[in-house]
Amino acid sequence: MILILVAVCAPLGNTCLAKGMTGFPQLTLAHPLAVFAAVFTPWVALGIALLIGFFASYLTALSWADLSYVMLATAWGNVVVELLARFCLHEQVSYQRWFGVLLITLGVGLVAPGPSHTVQPAPLNSGAPR
Amino acid sequence: MNLTSLPVFSAGFWAATAMIAAVVLSSTAGEVLTAAAMKSIGDLDEIRAHSGLKGAIVAVLTCPLFFAGVFFMAVAFFALLFTLNHLNLGLAGPATASLTVFTNAVAAKLFLKENVDRRRWTSAVLICIGVYFLAH
Repeated sequence: MILILVAVCAPLGNTCLAKGMTGFPQLTLAHPLAVFAAVFTPWVALGIALLIGFFASYLTALSWADLSYVMLATAWGNVVVELLARFCLHEQVSYQRWFGVLLITLGVGLVAPGPSHTVQPAPLNSGAPR
Repeated sequence: MNLTSLPVFSAGFWAATAMIAAVVLSSTAGEVLTAAAMKSIGDLDEIRAHSGLKGAIVAVLTCPLFFAGVFFMAVAFFALLFTLNHLNLGLAGPATASLTVFTNAVAAKLFLKENVDRRRWTSAVLICIGVYFLAH
């Protein structure tokens, strides 16, 4: 459940950010602080709320699973991004990009059933009573 | 043949690469530092069961590594906002997310001493090839 939240909240949040930022005036390196004004627009604010949800579930997942496991197992959020880009932002998604989504899904399917946590070797004096 | 006509020699290609690289590197630094913090804190579910939600929040907020991770994540966030302002989501989203997965696997092996076995490397490679197709 936590991993599903990590995978879904991040792409949803990024999509909201993209929708907010595409309607925002073009940012330039000459005025980098203008990016802070974007934080107070509705779509960007919603995106930030979703990313806070992602961060809370992400921290919880990292407390009991490896970073390399969490990142790989939640990469299928890319599929969500493509679906949102195609159907919400009306971007063109080619067959090649769909093939990329398929490969990413295969990669996630490969790692997800595996062990989620690295068991570190016990120190030599670990047999001592505590 | 004019080399500047090739996509790889165009200014736009390198600008897009630089923007995506900035997001990926700052994001990787943030995630490795945050993962190190969470490993040092322990299972949040157990802490919450023992000390309540307040105890879990205090445990996280009293860890200096966590703030180092958050700093780099904030850098990654604003770099992502800048990138999304210039590139479309269908390219910037999957490219940054999936490349971060691969750099995280390398960083987790090097810095967190995680057991990134053949299964995880294969998965990371598949995801990176997937990014290639997403980006083209």
